[in-house]
Amino acid sequence: MITSLLPAPFTRLAHGIFLSAALSVAMMACAVMPAKAGKAALNLAMSVEPTGLDPTIAAPVAIGQVTWQNIFEGLVSIDEVGKVRPQLAKSWEISPDGLTYRFKLQTGVKFHDGEAFDSATAKFALERARGKDSVNPQKRFFASIASIDTPDPETLVLRLSQPTGSLLYWLGWPASVMVGPKSAASDKTHPVGTGPFKFVNWAKGDKVELAKNEAYWNSQVSVKLDKVTFRFIADPQAQAAALKAGDVDAIPEFAAPELMSSFEGDRRLVTKIGNTELKVVAGMNNSRKPFDDKRVRQALMMAIDRQTVIDGAWSGLGTAIGSHYTPNDPGYQDMTGVLPYDPEKAKALLAQAGYPNGFTFTIKSPQMAYAPRSAQVMQAMFAEIGVTMDIEPTEFPAKWVQDVMKDRAYEMTIVAHAEPMDIDIYSRDPYYFNYKNPVFNDLMKKVQETTDPALQSKINVEAQKILAEDVPALYLFAMPKLGVWDKNLKGLWENEPIPSNVLTNVAWKE
Amino acid sequence: MIALLGRRFAGLILTLAAVSFLVFAVMDLLPGDPASIMLGTSATPETLAALRHELGLDQPLILRYGQWLAGVFSGDLGQSYTYGVPVAGLILERLAVTLPLALLAILLSVVIAVPLGSFAAARPNGIADIMATLFSQLSIAVPAFWVALLLIIVFSTTLGLLPAGGFPGWNGGLWPALQALVMPATALALPQAGVLTRVTRTAVLETLHEDFTRTALAKGLSGRAVLWRHAVPNALVPILTTLGLQFTFLVAGAVLVENVFNLPGLGRLAYQALSQRDIIAMQDVVLFLAALVVIMNFLVEMSYLAIDPRLRRNV
Repeated sequence: MITSLLPAPFTRLAHGIFLSAALSVAMMACAVMPAKAGKAALNLAMSVEPTGLDPTIAAPVAIGQVTWQNIFEGLVSIDEVGKVRPQLAKSWEISPDGLTYRFKLQTGVKFHDGEAFDSATAKFALERARGKDSVNPQKRFFASIASIDTPDPETLVLRLSQPTGSLLYWLGWPASVMVGPKSAASDKTHPVGTGPFKFVNWAKGDKVELAKNEAYWNSQVSVKLDKVTFRFIADPQAQAAALKAGDVDAIPEFAAPELMSSFEGDRRLVTKIGNTELKVVAGMNNSRKPFDDKRVRQALMMAIDRQTVIDGAWSGLGTAIGSHYTPNDPGYQDMTGVLPYDPEKAKALLAQAGYPNGFTFTIKSPQMAYAPRSAQVMQAMFAEIGVTMDIEPTEFPAKWVQDVMKDRAYEMTIVAHAEPMDIDIYSRDPYYFNYKNPVFNDLMKKVQETTDPALQSKINVEAQKILAEDVPALYLFAMPKLGVWDKNLKGLWENEPIPSNVLTNVAWKE
Repeated sequence: MIALLGRRFAGLILTLAAVSFLVFAVMDLLPGDPASIMLGTSATPETLAALRHELGLDQPLILRYGQWLAGVFSGDLGQSYTYGVPVAGLILERLAVTLPLALLAILLSVVIAVPLGSFAAARPNGIADIMATLFSQLSIAVPAFWVALLLIIVFSTTLGLLPAGGFPGWNGGLWPALQALVMPATALALPQAGVLTRVTRTAVLETLHEDFTRTALAKGLSGRAVLWRHAVPNALVPILTTLGLQFTFLVAGAVLVENVFNLPGLGRLAYQALSQRDIIAMQDVVLFLAALVVIMNFLVEMSYLAIDPRLRRNV
């Protein structure tokens, strides 16, 4: 080697330069040859970076989208079609009165740090979630649990104070995942679960890296990916560029519908348009004039042509809804025909309610793209029936949560509700709609009194009808899941019955 | 000299104290509560109270400020509410991106602007001058994020030469890191270069009308020697002032470009902290930036003394 002729320090320097040059070349080579056989790494991009990685102590959806089913698992899980499946609990029995749940747990399950999972661990996780100092964002899920027994390591018994028909479904949520007594306190920055992937590193502002859990307990699944990198790219243009340049392999939820068509010419990528649980609704303050009059709310609903809103706000992608329910949900009924677009009838209703010349009000619109765009379309349509709507941009989440959720100082607002199966929010008191309907509340109570899915669906159909008639909020559309990914990638969910990026069955085509 | 340093240092501390209290108070006055943002729309009042207690938000403003201040003096900048990690580490991680980005942008802008502005001043209304004016008007008028998108389309998606965004980190090697920074630095540098070209042109033009240039010319020095040995060095004070201002602006104001290139920089941290009402993180970032501005101004002032002997005599 020529460097041997030089004095020692130079040799070292030259070696260093040579080595780093070789390394860069090797790394560049890796970057330009992604589709080689045996590929087991995935780069997946999300729009929002999670704040903390423990879904049991903070609400942001992005936390679950990184960790749920990948790092953390629950007693039960929710599958691709929204059904409850056994997970860390392999089976269960519910007493006829619906007050006792007896779970049989999997054996031989270990957390990533080696701690064993058994009924005592499960009890710890649930006590932590429902305890006095709990900051679990869905603490209400556990409100009816009166006591938890662990007759043996394989058996967990929940005793309830009242029947809670949604309990099993709720136990499948990110907020209900099982955490270990030793690791729970540090899960926020270093999550430790029982899932198929282990946490490796979080470069804040940039990415979260996971690696395959070689000791995964569930022998029924064969995890194909060795390494997963969640990258956080806020700007849709930057997302599109990263995909086209091959920097990322998949964007399960692309943020800009208007850019979807730009992927069509790319033979390397596929686009998939699925359903989500996101319901875009324009909520009204039902205790304020004139929105306390059902005829006014109905008139506003009939003034809106939902398809025009979808076209204007979301490039025609999305499904019109007539109630707080999406086509994903069991017992879904299309309610868009209850108060269809009919400006003449809307005007007549307004006149009946005492507003023959319309009225003026303000909508508080968060900055997320769908909101101001929908609001502008609605503004034009309300103008046709003589109603003037002023649009007030309202910063989300901080100011919106304060003004609308907490103070309820608003007339109308618009927001996408992300929680699956949350039709019960209209029975919550207090909640920002200020909607009070004893008949509806009664139905929500009845849903909880049964554990029979068929009966629950039947009751939810009734509930949908009431909301479609009463319109405490204007029901606009269910957001589409705009997926774009490498066409050799298999196993990503196309629909989204619960916000998540489940990677258990994701693999590159051989 | 010592007295000057002492005065500057006292001023620095006072400025930072005032800025820090203002930020704390303003963040507190803004609508929105960090706890309710973290817990979302389903949280019960008891859960909210529990989290507020855990974060110490149930204590009065002045007490929280005092605790934070005491922490800063003992070298602990506090924990981010939302990330749950020490803010000092977060800021350092982000600086590893933002600082090289800003330096690279400054370098690019100097390399473009100083020669261009000087040539423009050497022959007012000549070809170089017209080109320089055109360049500076265009680069100031075009928004940085638009330049950024254009660069991505040309160099990443079409030519495939550079990564479209993201940052591989410095331990991944110098070359990949520089590759990731070159386009954002260019996008940031162009408008700066436009401003700097104008400043350089005006400053050099002024020195060219001074007596010492006439003397130099009379001594028989060539036009080129007069320009580079006499006019440009004497025009350095306004150029340095502009550079100092631009540097702080670059560090603080790169939010848009960091977004387009998906760089985990300080600007993104500040933006995120503000939208999540992560008061501690916001406070630390603002304090850091304020310190940077004050220190930068101080350095620029000191550098005047270094480059201009006349100023040294007056101190």
